[in-house]
Amino acid sequence: MADVNRGNRPLSPFMIGTYYRPQMTSMSSILVRITGNALIVATFMIVWWLVAAAVSPECFATADAFLRSWFGDLVFFFSTWALWYHLGGGLRHLAWDFGYCLNVETSEKLGWAMLIGATVLTFLTMIVT
Amino acid sequence: MSFRTDRQRAVGLGAAKSGPEHHWHMITSSIALLILIPLFVLSFGNALGGTYEEVLATYSRPYPSIIAGLTLVVGLIHFKNGAQVLIEDYVGGLKRKFTIIAVNMMSYTLIAAGLFGLVKLAL
Repeated sequence: MADVNRGNRPLSPFMIGTYYRPQMTSMSSILVRITGNALIVATFMIVWWLVAAAVSPECFATADAFLRSWFGDLVFFFSTWALWYHLGGGLRHLAWDFGYCLNVETSEKLGWAMLIGATVLTFLTMIVT
Repeated sequence: MSFRTDRQRAVGLGAAKSGPEHHWHMITSSIALLILIPLFVLSFGNALGGTYEEVLATYSRPYPSIIAGLTLVVGLIHFKNGAQVLIEDYVGGLKRKFTIIAVNMMSYTLIAAGLFGLVKLAL
């Protein structure tokens, strides 16, 4: 039977807005996507730095000065947090993919672990490097 | 006229027409990155802040160079596939196709540029 109502069905509302209460599971998942995509900024900076080092000492000086400026430091600080948070989110997702930790309470606890773990690892990274 | 049954047309590949391949790529690249990212953060974090000569010396050694190369290649392929899902969620139609193509071009360009830098630094 042909679908006579194609494209004219009621849709569920968008995830952000007045329809859904913000929850640990949804918010931690959205943040995984934001952090993952935001890491492209640091990637551009690192590639620029590597190419500049390969081209000439003058090019390197420009790129290196930008990366080590207060703005570069700020980007790398947040990118480090984003990197560790996204890595934690990836670990949680791998556990889910393999069929573990799928209940809500565990997922929420893991969300908190991702936030706290990313913060701890970011400060550890700042100390070590 | 097709003799294939409705079930036979649906089995295997699903609505994406490529089955779980995209998801499997995300799993394999994420496991690779679990290993690569900590190694890259340590080696790049220590290289950044050095003088021009120190950076040249660091990236002419195999370990920092290979780790950086692997992280860039695997990381950017992982980014390309992840960003594709983001685009598929929020952009539709022709715009979706062109945005995905643009992300592909950007990802491979960054890979090529990064590898050019690493190879030239190593030689």
